[in-house]
Amino acid sequence: MVTADKSSSPGGDHAREPSFYTSQKGLKSWLFTLDHKRLGMMYLVSTMIFFFVGGVAALSLRTELLTPELDVFSATTYNKLFTVHGAVMVFLVIIPSVPGAMGNFLLPLMLGAKDVAFPRLNLLSFYIYTLGAVFFLITLLTGSLDTGWTFYTPYSTSTGTAVISATFGAFILGFSSILTGLNFLVTVHKMRAPGLTWNRLPLFVWAIYSTAVIQILATPVLAITLMLLIIERTLNIGIFDPAMGGDPVLFQHFFWFYSHPAVYIMILPGFGIISELVAVHSRKHIFGYKAIALSSVAIAIISFLVWGHHMFVSGQSELAGVVFSFLTFAVAVPTAIKVFSWVATLYKGSIEFNTPMLYALAFLFTFTIGGLTGVFLGALSVDIHLHDTYFVVAHFHYVMMGGTIIAFIGGIHHWWGKMTGRMFNETHGRWGCLLVFIGFNVTFFSQFLVGQQGMPRRYATYVPQFQNIHVISTIGSYILGVGLLWTAIYLLRSLKSGAQASDNPYGGASLEWITQSPPIEHNFHGQPRVDTDPYNFPQIDRSGGMDHH
Amino acid sequence: MLSMFLAPEIKEAAKAVVSNAAAAAPAVPAAAPVSVPKLPPLETANSWAMPTEASTFAESTDNLYYFITALSVIFFVLIIGAMLYFMKKYARRSEDQKTSSLTHNGKIEFLWSAIPAVLLVVIFAWGEIDWIKQTSPPPDAIDIRVTGRQWYWQVDYPDYPGVTLTSSTEEPLITMMVPKGRPVRLIMTSEDVLHSFYVPAFRVKKDLVPGRYTTLWFEATKVGEFNIFCAEYCGDRHSSMGGVIKVLEPDSFEAALREAAKLEQKPVESAADFGKRIYTRRGCVACHTLDGSAATGPSWKGLYGKEESLVGGETLKVDDNYIKESILQPKAKIVAGYTAANMPSYQGQLDDKQITAVIEFIKTQK
Ligand code: HEC
Ligand code: HEM
Ligand SMILES: [Cu+2]
Ligand SMILES: [Cu+2]
Repeated sequence: MVTADKSSSPGGDHAREPSFYTSQKGLKSWLFTLDHKRLGMMYLVSTMIFFFVGGVAALSLRTELLTPELDVFSATTYNKLFTVHGAVMVFLVIIPSVPGAMGNFLLPLMLGAKDVAFPRLNLLSFYIYTLGAVFFLITLLTGSLDTGWTFYTPYSTSTGTAVISATFGAFILGFSSILTGLNFLVTVHKMRAPGLTWNRLPLFVWAIYSTAVIQILATPVLAITLMLLIIERTLNIGIFDPAMGGDPVLFQHFFWFYSHPAVYIMILPGFGIISELVAVHSRKHIFGYKAIALSSVAIAIISFLVWGHHMFVSGQSELAGVVFSFLTFAVAVPTAIKVFSWVATLYKGSIEFNTPMLYALAFLFTFTIGGLTGVFLGALSVDIHLHDTYFVVAHFHYVMMGGTIIAFIGGIHHWWGKMTGRMFNETHGRWGCLLVFIGFNVTFFSQFLVGQQGMPRRYATYVPQFQNIHVISTIGSYILGVGLLWTAIYLLRSLKSGAQASDNPYGGASLEWITQSPPIEHNFHGQPRVDTDPYNFPQIDRSGGMDHH
Repeated sequence: MLSMFLAPEIKEAAKAVVSNAAAAAPAVPAAAPVSVPKLPPLETANSWAMPTEASTFAESTDNLYYFITALSVIFFVLIIGAMLYFMKKYARRSEDQKTSSLTHNGKIEFLWSAIPAVLLVVIFAWGEIDWIKQTSPPPDAIDIRVTGRQWYWQVDYPDYPGVTLTSSTEEPLITMMVPKGRPVRLIMTSEDVLHSFYVPAFRVKKDLVPGRYTTLWFEATKVGEFNIFCAEYCGDRHSSMGGVIKVLEPDSFEAALREAAKLEQKPVESAADFGKRIYTRRGCVACHTLDGSAATGPSWKGLYGKEESLVGGETLKVDDNYIKESILQPKAKIVAGYTAANMPSYQGQLDDKQITAVIEFIKTQK
């Protein structure tokens, strides 16, 4: 069991103290806050706003695709819309969401620390993020960018649209990502409570830690690439543009050298959330702690060596294709290990089907499909057919939306009481989860079928025989939209009318649950101490002796 | 299957939804109209299956695809089946329900790492062997040159001098003809941005990269017409950059190819009508509109006889000689606001008679 020097449970030896929301007041106390919890909430609000913007673009795209012809938008507008959608979702939502919001809020709490290692740097990261985001969004909306989120040359260097300022926005965002990663890395190394050894870290912390490593190592490459692009466009030095003697395929190598590891920046934190949810809501020790923790690290390392699987048909050498294909399959193994371990955790547990757990189970379903379809794409000959079709679109939505976003929503529910002090309505939550689950699968499963038949991606118009499947997918996207809107509404309403959250509503055993909900400004009264691991629930039957490593 | 259960009413409903949405959407300045490529049906009987197999690669690619599908279904059923079973069996019945103290199990963990690893190596090897085949064209392959431009394909046959086919964003045109049962090698490049040559029925795809040549080969096994798509995003009309590839019996191939590539004035045809055919069949349509809207190149509406301002500030009156020069040496005089790099020279590709017909056609565009 974990202990604090002084008990902080309600009815304990002292009254409830003001939470971090009320301990200081006024706009200034928010704008200049060094409190990781306030920063976490600010990230949560901003990523949710951007999620809404990206979502509106997505539903517009799906509406256009109801018919094979162009009827709602012009082709140019369609192309701008998918660029806004992809770029916002990747750079402003998925990458900052879990580390920025959940990471900031939870990491110090889970470590038993008062804050992150460098609170001022943390505030700076947030401002860099905001600056980059505003800059990026203004460009996307007014500068009419139409290159797709991948910015492939030479289209991006020849089109008249605002590529420089958009890439500059992404460049700024990259800095925020690097600084946050650095901050978390040092925090995990230096700020752990007494007794909190590496083997006792919650798996969410391991996941954030592995993510931080990738952020620090990969993001500079993106920054350099975008810098080179800017140099090419402003100084007319041929780097990627063949008209000036550059090499357009070089850009793709640079881009994916960052962006493949980045897909793990996007998913690893989601994995972390799922490990917590599955263990807590089944009150079982997580199965294969070491395997899950180390597979995150393994994925972080191998993910740097597989970028070429996005380029099998780009004209890269045959040998490169073979090597990249092989390494791609090497990442699939640690990913599979995680899924098996989560399912095994349910075995002989005490499973409660509340909203966070339903999201975790939905994650297992959708992420398994996402991972398995990655295997199709890693197989060279099959990828030649599927590359740049809707099959790829479906695959990465299954891993990013069905993986990261589903995990994120589950995490928001799991820690909602801790973060806001209020509980949401369980019944509303379960209905929301059902709508999201059905809507998501109808939208994206159908895209595997149309992709496998040869429907290319980024098409504003298409041949008529694909219409049936597109109509189904669009209907699914409306269901998904309704589910998400519904979820946003009941969560916001709970802030006013929700029941008071107890300190530990689900019986979690990691440190964030011993403090008050919402936590006090300095997190804990005194220094928490740890003498066991975070999955050692009181319900575990130890009559046969604890099976320990 | 899927394609059958959606009745026409649903398509009507879809139409109604988009037209309402169109009414609500902010008015956009009319850009060049984009048409849907009217392509032949994909001949897929079944939405759950792969498209028609029409090349020697298709079968093996599909077998691997179905093999991975089968393995995926097995793994999915095992994983999700176990999950559902545990959900039912171990649902919480009381607050103090005891749970197992199990934390790990070396044997099981080894097995569930090793078994997928072995299967993945098999999939890798299979994909790799087929890929090596697909990247090694046989020496006796027929060479065809493919050039990608925003937004059409130009296909030249070095073995048949003067034979050129192009695609059109407006009309389904035969873009490429190949004999059945003979290996064909495409040597491809792009003159502007990246494109990707994709024939779903052949299971082949390769990017066209400006400044270098990429190659792709296949051997068609079925006579018929199949879709070509551009699979790499290339701008506004990316989704209309389709085409039709026609596979013929080898003995009728050459004659049919020459017939398709022939662009001669028919006895009953006026020069302007012939010019119009050249306009669509030689790719002019991809860059020049007839309705006054600007595309990659200036519109032909009202072109003849107008005062054209050129880069450098001069102006001139558009006449027969200027048009001819623009077609044969586009770089000689450049229209203000455009880049000459975008207009290919038709020197050696259009003869005097054809150029005259184009001029007659332009004259009719008032
Ligand atoms: C890939 C795009 C492209 C294609 C294909 C193309 N053109 Fe052009 N064309 C241009 C551009 C760009 C210009 C303006 C620059 C210049 O004057 O060279 C132009 C200019 C012209 C002009 C001068 C127009 C004026 O306003 O003064 C004529 C005439 C012309 N093209 C004829 C043709 C004909 C005939 C064909 C087909 C056989 C053709 N073009 C195919 C891009 C294209
Ligand atoms: C089992 C694990 C996985 C394998 C084997 C795998 C394999 C692949 C392959 C080979 C491609 C390239 C396909 C193509 O473009 O032709 C691809 C695309 C992609 N994958 Fe995965 N993947 C896996 C998991 C993930 C995860 C976890 C994420 C992110 C959270 C992810 C995100 C993406 C994205 C974003 C793309 C497409 C990018 C684009 O072209 O815009 N994948 N995957
Ligand atoms: Cu990748
Ligand atoms: Cu294209």
